[in-house]
Amino acid sequence: MDVATFLVQCLNALQYGLLLFLIASGLTLIFGIMGVINLAHGSFYMIGAYMAFALAPLVAATFGGGFFATLAVGTVLAVLLGYVLEWAFFSFLYEREHLQQVLMTYGLILVFEELRSLVVGDDVHGVEPPPLLSGTLPLGELMTYPVYRLFVSGVCVALAAGMWFVFTRTRLGMMIRAGSANREMVQSLGIDIKFLYRVVFAAGVAIAVLAGMVAAPVSSVYPGMGNSVLIVCFVVVVIGGIGSIRGALLAALLIGAVDTFGKVLLPQAAGVLVYVLMALILLWKPSGLFKAA
Amino acid sequence: MDRSKLAFVVAVFALLAAWPLAAGSYGVDLVTKIMVYAIFALSLELLVGTTGLVCFGQAAFFGIGAYAAVLLSPAEGASLVWLLPACVLAAGVYALAVGALSLRTKGVYFIMVTLAFAQMAYYVVHDTPFGGGTDGIYLTAKPSLGVLDLDRAGVLYGFTLACLAGTFVFLGLLLRSPFGRALAGIRVNEQRMRATGFSTYPYKLAAFTLSGAIAGLAGFLFAVKDGVVNPELMSWHLSGAVLVMIILGGLGHLRGALIGAFAFALLQEFFQSVAVFGAFAKHWHLGLGLTIIGCVALLPRGLIGLPARWRERLGGRAFARAALPAAEEAAR
Amino acid sequence: MTAQVLLRGRELTRRWGGLVAVDRVSLELERGSVHAVIGTNGAGKSTLINLLSGEIAPSSGEVQLLGSDVTHWPQPKRARAGLGRSYQRNTIYPSFGVIENCRLAAQARRQQPWGWWRDAARDESTLAAARDAAARAGLTALLDRPAGLLSHGQKRQLEIAMCLATAPEVLLLDEPLAGMGAEETERMLALLAELKHGHAILLVEHDMDAVFRIADRITVMVNGAVIASGTPDDVRASAEVRTAYLGDH
Repeated sequence: MDVATFLVQCLNALQYGLLLFLIASGLTLIFGIMGVINLAHGSFYMIGAYMAFALAPLVAATFGGGFFATLAVGTVLAVLLGYVLEWAFFSFLYEREHLQQVLMTYGLILVFEELRSLVVGDDVHGVEPPPLLSGTLPLGELMTYPVYRLFVSGVCVALAAGMWFVFTRTRLGMMIRAGSANREMVQSLGIDIKFLYRVVFAAGVAIAVLAGMVAAPVSSVYPGMGNSVLIVCFVVVVIGGIGSIRGALLAALLIGAVDTFGKVLLPQAAGVLVYVLMALILLWKPSGLFKAA
Repeated sequence: MDRSKLAFVVAVFALLAAWPLAAGSYGVDLVTKIMVYAIFALSLELLVGTTGLVCFGQAAFFGIGAYAAVLLSPAEGASLVWLLPACVLAAGVYALAVGALSLRTKGVYFIMVTLAFAQMAYYVVHDTPFGGGTDGIYLTAKPSLGVLDLDRAGVLYGFTLACLAGTFVFLGLLLRSPFGRALAGIRVNEQRMRATGFSTYPYKLAAFTLSGAIAGLAGFLFAVKDGVVNPELMSWHLSGAVLVMIILGGLGHLRGALIGAFAFALLQEFFQSVAVFGAFAKHWHLGLGLTIIGCVALLPRGLIGLPARWRERLGGRAFARAALPAAEEAAR
Repeated sequence: MTAQVLLRGRELTRRWGGLVAVDRVSLELERGSVHAVIGTNGAGKSTLINLLSGEIAPSSGEVQLLGSDVTHWPQPKRARAGLGRSYQRNTIYPSFGVIENCRLAAQARRQQPWGWWRDAARDESTLAAARDAAARAGLTALLDRPAGLLSHGQKRQLEIAMCLATAPEVLLLDEPLAGMGAEETERMLALLAELKHGHAILLVEHDMDAVFRIADRITVMVNGAVIASGTPDDVRASAEVRTAYLGDH
């Protein structure tokens, strides 16, 4: 493998890793704050991708907007979806055991899959990146790299940084963190914890949907994409270690590297490699790479 | 086990024994499948209901039992004497390996890790030529042992029934044994068990391995019945399905696994029925998903808890108190 | 005759990041005596008991049980070697009967996982140990009652009974009197006085009257460190304790 190809694969690995980190962050956000394990998180990613495909012509026809307009509309819809879902369904899961949460969100996956099948069908689709971002950058003498993939990495970094900022530097973030540590205390201080949870949940959904929309031009849009990404996110969380953001980032990048280079070097074993990585890490560190501080 | 529960179990097995006399070949095939599901569900009940370990990767052991049956069978058909134990052993070995690594994690992380290890097995058979890829592999000749020729549907039915009965009795004895009581204690309060002097990891690992081996038995029977295996036997949808079975039936009771397997299979038949849903039948996952949500939300104790609920509704709380193990009420 | 030291903690320290929860605490538990550990909330008493029982590993220091260095032994191993523990919050098994709670505890010392066909509930050796432990805790009349239906005081008694069923030499008792009324407290204190003979008992308690009545030695902790240790009279007279508790000199 020459230097330019290696560099291309590194950038691909980085992009995939950052995307995984973003999605996994949404998952652990909801789990960490509200204690709900949401298997349907991958479905939101899938919904985002199908939205990128299905909404684009609608947005173009209605306001003549392009890719970014679709992103904006999709994000708004995602926040609404998250808000309604939390109110109608997820708020009943907070006090329940993990097993019940697992099963109810598993049922939700099935419902989402079939609704998507009914509304949009089961076909695989490609989505074009917007003209603004569909160029390439030269990489060495012979290779080029798609600008859009750099855009995806950039969006992931920006969103993650945004989440970090809101969490650690704003009042809202402070209230959220306090609420997750001590729900009753926060309530007795007059803060509406239900509203807070709804906001957090809607944010988690929006992140996953946005990730799906942004990733659509890169990964194509196909029915099983939600489930595949969910399970890989689980591996990210397990490898990274319980409650550790550093761990999740490192794990996501590791998985990005193993998966990307695996597909190039050992295409037949590519699917398994990520899990072999997980097994090896668990052998070495049973609780994952880092423990939460 | 008290009299009414014992009577129920005996009745179920008697009905199952008599079924081939009344049913046609479709009915026999369907109930054979349901009995295989029941063995599969019993394996998970040992893990989830008894020991409290929520595993979302049980399909891997089922699939390995199935694939082993096909891969190890020579062209002229194998002898049951070694093929069955080999398949059970193969599943058990994978369960031992997965358990050794997973049981260091707890709670949600355990659920995630077990799911991931099941996906690993799925990808091995899905992506590599070793497993035959998405098309799967056919079982050229079914195993036999002397006059027990599993190629004949009636014989297979009887053999499966015997395996189900054997598994049920074995688990019933195991659960009241010192080992089984220790598992029950681990489910209720693992910390207390440790404080008392039980090293809980070996117990959990033993339960996990045994559970995987029994799931492998179910997989073996499934492969023999269908004559073909494909990667979907290791999919997480199957892991989810078997989890639904034991919740639907009622967690914490061996009979729940039986009831749940039947209920789930019947639900599947219902939602997939073109006669009832017409063209919509191919979207049967929707009905199933809604049923799962409804069942967990409204029937937390499963179908097995229904008689008690009706007694409560009809007879008032005092009447129900006498009927239900009172401590369960107090403990909730 | 010097009393036999059954459990010794030496310079036990536990740090969580920058916070020192337990700071070089040393103590000894002798057979036939009750050693109470008192202190304000957050003084590190729970952490100390967890270090001694093996639920948390110390950052430094050692623990010796019956002469062996058990610092790196996990909790179950220490329990099997004779270290019993009861918890501040009930850790009984609510859905099992009282006798089964004790029997399962007794089984820890007689683990026979191989006999898969045996009916554990009829196993005489564990049942005998269970009945004995329940009797000492005063629960003989309630053997068949589901544990979840006991009164709070009875549950605390069961907590002790489960501890006794493992035939321990050392007992670590974390607030056994928590939530008890006057009559139940008297019963529990009588039980502890009786248990003293033959066992070494560590008692973490908030009820000062009870502590001063029953303890042979008292260790006072503040902010993770020991500020006084000695007989009840010594502690009562200690200037440091007065300062810490009463704020005067």
